[in-house]
Amino acid sequence: MSVHFLLDGDLVEIANVDPTATLLDHLRYTMRRTGTKEGCAEGDCGACTVLVGDLEGDTIQWRAVNACILFLPMLDGRALLTVESLAPDGALNPLQACMAANGSSQCGFCTPGFVMSLYGRCVGASGHDLPVADVLAGNLCRCTGYGPILAAGDATGPLERDDSATVAVLKALRDKPAASGHHGDRRWFAPRSSAALADLLADYRDARMVAGATDVGLWVTKGLRSIDTLIFLGDIAELQAIDESPAGVRLGAGVRYADAHAAFARLHPDLGELTRRIGGLQVRNAGTVGGNIANGSPIGDGPPAFIALGAELTLRSRDGRRTMTLEDYFLDYGKQDRRPWEFVESLWIPRPGPDAIIHIAKLSRRFDSDISAVCGAIHLTVDEGMISAARIAFGGMAATPRRAPLCEAALVGQPFTLATMEQAAAALRADYAPLSDVRGSAAYRLDAAANLLLRLWHREQGQAVSVLSLDAVHG
Amino acid sequence: MADRDPAWRVLPKPSHPHDSAPLHVTGAARYADDGPEPADMLHLAFGQSAHAHARILSMDLSAVRAAEGVVQVFTAADIPGANDVSPVAGDDRLLADGEVICVGQAIFLVAATSQRAARKAARLAKIDYEPLPACLTIEAAQAANSLIEPTQRMARGDADAALANAPHSLTGSFDMGGQDHFYLEGQVALATPGEDGQIHLLCSTQHPSEVQHLVAHMLHRNSADVTVEVRRMGGAFGGKETQAALFAAAAALVADKTGRPAKFRCDRDDDMVMTGKRHAFRVGYDVGFDAQGHVLALRLRLASRCGATVDLSPAINDRAMFHADNCYWLPDVEIVSERLKTNTVSDTAFRGFGGPQGMLAIERIMDDVAAHLGHDPLAVRCINLYGPGRDVAPYGMTIADNIAPQLIARLRTDARYDARSAAIAAFNAASPIIKKGIALTPVKFGISFTTTHLNQAGALVLVYADGSIQINHGGTEMGQGLYIKVAQVVADVFAVPIDRVRITATRTDKVPNTSATAASSGADLNGMAAYNAAMTIRDRLTAFLARTFGCADTDVHFTPEGVIAGTERLTFAQLCRKAHIGRISLAATGFYATPGIAYDRAAHQGRPFYYFAYGAAVSEVAIDTLTGEHKVLAVDILHDVGRWLNRQIDIGQIEGGFIQGQGWLTTEELIFDDQGRLLTHSPATYKIPTASDRPAHMTISLWDGENVEPTINRSKAVGEPPFMLAISVFSALTRAVAAVAPDVRALPRLDAPATPERILRAVSEHRAR
Repeated sequence: MSVHFLLDGDLVEIANVDPTATLLDHLRYTMRRTGTKEGCAEGDCGACTVLVGDLEGDTIQWRAVNACILFLPMLDGRALLTVESLAPDGALNPLQACMAANGSSQCGFCTPGFVMSLYGRCVGASGHDLPVADVLAGNLCRCTGYGPILAAGDATGPLERDDSATVAVLKALRDKPAASGHHGDRRWFAPRSSAALADLLADYRDARMVAGATDVGLWVTKGLRSIDTLIFLGDIAELQAIDESPAGVRLGAGVRYADAHAAFARLHPDLGELTRRIGGLQVRNAGTVGGNIANGSPIGDGPPAFIALGAELTLRSRDGRRTMTLEDYFLDYGKQDRRPWEFVESLWIPRPGPDAIIHIAKLSRRFDSDISAVCGAIHLTVDEGMISAARIAFGGMAATPRRAPLCEAALVGQPFTLATMEQAAAALRADYAPLSDVRGSAAYRLDAAANLLLRLWHREQGQAVSVLSLDAVHG
Repeated sequence: MADRDPAWRVLPKPSHPHDSAPLHVTGAARYADDGPEPADMLHLAFGQSAHAHARILSMDLSAVRAAEGVVQVFTAADIPGANDVSPVAGDDRLLADGEVICVGQAIFLVAATSQRAARKAARLAKIDYEPLPACLTIEAAQAANSLIEPTQRMARGDADAALANAPHSLTGSFDMGGQDHFYLEGQVALATPGEDGQIHLLCSTQHPSEVQHLVAHMLHRNSADVTVEVRRMGGAFGGKETQAALFAAAAALVADKTGRPAKFRCDRDDDMVMTGKRHAFRVGYDVGFDAQGHVLALRLRLASRCGATVDLSPAINDRAMFHADNCYWLPDVEIVSERLKTNTVSDTAFRGFGGPQGMLAIERIMDDVAAHLGHDPLAVRCINLYGPGRDVAPYGMTIADNIAPQLIARLRTDARYDARSAAIAAFNAASPIIKKGIALTPVKFGISFTTTHLNQAGALVLVYADGSIQINHGGTEMGQGLYIKVAQVVADVFAVPIDRVRITATRTDKVPNTSATAASSGADLNGMAAYNAAMTIRDRLTAFLARTFGCADTDVHFTPEGVIAGTERLTFAQLCRKAHIGRISLAATGFYATPGIAYDRAAHQGRPFYYFAYGAAVSEVAIDTLTGEHKVLAVDILHDVGRWLNRQIDIGQIEGGFIQGQGWLTTEELIFDDQGRLLTHSPATYKIPTASDRPAHMTISLWDGENVEPTINRSKAVGEPPFMLAISVFSALTRAVAAVAPDVRALPRLDAPATPERILRAVSEHRAR
């Protein structure tokens, strides 16, 4: 199969593409654009950050992503910028000039990735309207301590880009058929509608769906696995819709976490904060809400919060649609209520009522770009001091993201008091029997999860309960 | 020598940015993996041990050999010379020979047409093992008395008697974890065969000469047949001092055997499994003190997990002992250091080289004394500082350059330590869930390789007839800015702009027998060697000019406006052209050996260090007593770099070192399972600090002073010392935990790293006391 994309405005055609060849390897070892670096080959360090542009109307929507786990065909019909794109004649742009002058690089190996993440911020890339430290959460630097890099990000304003020529070429490319094809025994499909996807799944029952490849990418780069049939969901516009209403939010399964961030924050600030802490920006720019659910991780991070908010999932196949509560989707470790020929189509999250008291927390060794030890969501409805409803769900506490029925029972019908919350915390310990692993011991998981109930109560009393919102005494 | 020359005297130095900065930000800086690849180049991967300790009964590599893309497979039997990639002891095998001693150890080597093919094939071996008993932890190794060398003892006075007589005493212990270097550029080496058995290696190593010598030995060649080149590393931090040799030797073996270029670019997970780390330590102590908190006696036990081989562990553990005093006078003291042999990857150099572990031990003891007496920890620290009449380290060296008291006093004022301590106490009294802590901790770090003969360096300066200059020295560039510092030294000798100086890759065919770029010594040693080389040329030019223009040598001046000889003035380029025609040699080598140091390791007495670098930091932290989460809120640093060679570069080292130290003590946790397998072998599970972990408030000031020793520009080394400033974070976290029970006169039990889980446990334990 062949792949077409625009690099620095020029159309690049790559023939004989292995569907699971990564963009990073192609850049480095075929095109010899070696400015983009491999630091980890699993999307955790950001040294391979590039900007990928999607045509959206008459503009290009740029997104910073990790090239190391981006399969080449995912680039088909899109535009690409690498670090070499920014100073083609050797003249540094203002961001680069600032970074070069202020000590933003020491060993320099991570630097191209930082340049690309910050450049994305300078040109209004998707998801980049965050504080600099958040934009850089997916870029690791081991030398500098980050200070000069953060300063360079803060000091550099918007930069002009003229993408009009790129827009014209991408529009022309859009009219070409999608990049489906094969390489030897390996097949790649890129359907453009949900109906076409349903047909493909019916025909290829061993097919693996891939959206952002933030999970499947590692099967290839770390697991060294071969995947015979891949169906790419990134070209299905229907799956990328976000419909917000007073009643709630419906998201297509292909909505990237970065694109859902604002809608989630409007559902509840804690859900916005949780979203900010899912992966780095490069991961949220690739990883989708549907993928996060469909892959059945025992942790989440989205599912526990969605369950507590009462989310419903819609699956679709050639036979039709099924809708279920999200908690019913997760059957057991690695086992979900999805037939091989079904796909997750959309997620419905009702908007919490005015009486809702919600706390969503992610506990991890590091705040940014880490996988949770415990990810919990507490959703209480309190009428005149009495708890009338409770939905509690945790990830990292069982084989699947799961509700806490005993804890919920200890809350419903009780006054919203510290005593009630302490009883509920005790009850929660009977709801789960977590494992000990590298992310936390069973004892820590139980203690911290139970304490989240107390944290919610103290927060409602106006106490400071988050170290992230504190200022130093230093003035 | 140096004092005769005005250029040597302390000069205000311009802070040029890193010489490669424009290349870094454009992606044009070439690392070892970035050059064009020859068409017939081979890619390599190791087959790794699945066992911590086992005898290899049989190996069936037929599936490996038959795998797609595989060209050749090598085992220990294929090594023509020494099967050894160790720095000192001869006990690190390139490929295991009959026995494996840790998980991940290289057993065989696959050469294939792509990296992926090599890695896939390496997983196809069928190896029969006979498992042998394995020591995996400090406790197990202690129980088995499994040591890499005899236990070392450094002592003064009679600690036992002083303890018995002290008005107060405490016994304590705690653990601190190791640390993965997590250089962003993994281990990589490219070997290219030359004619007549020669090999060229492009390698990411801090120690090109060692790689050269090991490869020569391994191939049964002379060192002169092997050339190692390093332009830059994508980070190293000690992790490429000895650990690069394994990958370089593998590449050299394949290049030599096949006649084809061979590249070993190690996968991140394999790198983390296969390469050594900072040593984990267990600390035990008995400390005697008076009512004010003066330490009267200390019995300190340092036990470290060294891993399966010796590597640099003796020197690393020596340095832990050397820094167990930090800035404090310890009248009667005994420091016992156990170096434990375990069936885990052999631990190695890491920024600070044992110093952080020794220093954390004594700082925690200071906190323990203060907590027991109910005193402010800073007050206890201050009364224990070295001072007149109490200025000799436990190893017998007089602390002649002690500025810790003044430096601490200034930081205490500038960072408003006392007012903030009071404000934090008030905050804690009103905040049931979030607790804050603050701490000021000092650093005194000894500069020199404690293995005395390593304190030498060579340089080669080439001046061309157009007035441009090439500089080469034994130091390697790993991001620390060594090259730009040394270039500035050379530019200043000739009084030319720095852009006249072309910095070139470190190569063993230009400067031989170099020491590793390590021990923070790069600029001290190589800067002085380059200075000496440049001065040799300048002296020749001076004599030539005096002869040519009939003036005295003293009438020749190199100035930014040109070279003046009596009444004549010419540009440096004109001078070089003239000197070339006048048949004056414009190339010279330079050499430097640190004077005045000597150490008797058997007695653990002497002067191991040329001088000390000092610093102090105040850290303010907050913890969540319900989840154990923490945040470093504010950091103020005052650090001593003498008269700096490059202010911006030095501040970058201080900030980067601090954050790396913060990571060691907070988020970075190495977890091995009960089979000796490292579970945290990728950035998915091993968490170095991110941008948001940098405290929102961070100030870095430089101490205004100069080195009492005649170092280059009276500067001080800066690579390692700032790492230990982060001990203030750990101390502040301990105080924040203590705030959950302010009336308890005891130090909360807390091991490092202070993960959320450890902090939460410490909170509940401390509440229960």
